[in-house]
Amino acid sequence: MKVISFGVLLFALWALLSGYFSPLLLSLGAISVALTLYLANRMNVIDHESYPLHLYSKFPLFFAYIMREIVIANIDVVKEILKIGSKGISPQVIKLPLPQQTDLGRAIYANSITLTPGTVTVELDKNFVTVHALTKEGADELLSGEMSVMIPDQLADK
Amino acid sequence: MYIAVTIAILVTMGLALARALMGPTVYDRIAAVNMFGTKTVLLIAVFALFSGRTDLLDIALVYALINFIGVIAVLRLVEHGDFHSNPESRAKQDKQGSE
Amino acid sequence: MIDVLSWVLLGVGGLLGVIGGIGIHRFPDFYTRLHAAGTTDTLCAILILLGLGFQAGLSLDAFKLFLIFVFLFFTSPTASHALANAAMHGGLKPQLGRENGSGKA
Repeated sequence: MKVISFGVLLFALWALLSGYFSPLLLSLGAISVALTLYLANRMNVIDHESYPLHLYSKFPLFFAYIMREIVIANIDVVKEILKIGSKGISPQVIKLPLPQQTDLGRAIYANSITLTPGTVTVELDKNFVTVHALTKEGADELLSGEMSVMIPDQLADK
Repeated sequence: MYIAVTIAILVTMGLALARALMGPTVYDRIAAVNMFGTKTVLLIAVFALFSGRTDLLDIALVYALINFIGVIAVLRLVEHGDFHSNPESRAKQDKQGSE
Repeated sequence: MIDVLSWVLLGVGGLLGVIGGIGIHRFPDFYTRLHAAGTTDTLCAILILLGLGFQAGLSLDAFKLFLIFVFLFFTSPTASHALANAAMHGGLKPQLGRENGSGKA
């Protein structure tokens, strides 16, 4: 089931990237998609982590949220850059707990922290994430745990 | 307007390049080169639409991927001293280090 | 109308890029500079690609611009994290502010 939908996705990618719809090129695409699927299946890499279909319902909301966060954080960092005299900045290193259950959820959380400017994930292990924050406000906002609630994190149903 | 955006991107690339040349640490240089690469992708994309040769977008796409892989590879090299492709040479190096 | 919107997006994107470029020269140490570089990697790239997307209209070019955006969206935080992690393991100490409450254990 997953393999078939992945194949359809790959074929759509091929067609859209090439932009030509002659029978020869489409059949070449079909052959390369089939080869890719065969190899990926043999390597056992099409699983719930590399191809997380079970998160699709949560993704649009998360995407809108992360875009909003990126814009807000960017404005903060730009203000910080343009401030006259560099005495204002006070970088912080904080340790945050990771409440996510799955590895994928943890990875998404760490990536979201890094994606919003002003905070960078420095270290990641099973239960804690170490974050370098540009300002005290940024660190406090992360400590409030607002972002970690929004992370799509649910176990794949087999 | 395309010209203004191109100039802005070029100025940013110049600033990144200056940071890459000035250092002070090797990580500063890698971060600057990463930024330079991202700006190159944007520059190619702007130029593709500016000149109407939109097949250049494929090149921008490939450049985005190569830039990422290149940065990771250079980081590996800086962090470990080699790419860990050959376990024997690694063992040898460890031995030399302990002597 | 769409033209004006796309020019505004492109202009703001370019301006953000230059500000980020200034930022990597004004900030005092490596970790803070990484934040400035992150600004130009995220919003600047998003705005410029969005502006170009409005210019391209609904076509294959817009799809390719979207793919570039997706790649940047996934690879730029990974590269930033790898850099920060490597620097921390390489023994580069971050310069901290006065009021560093919880601190690193």
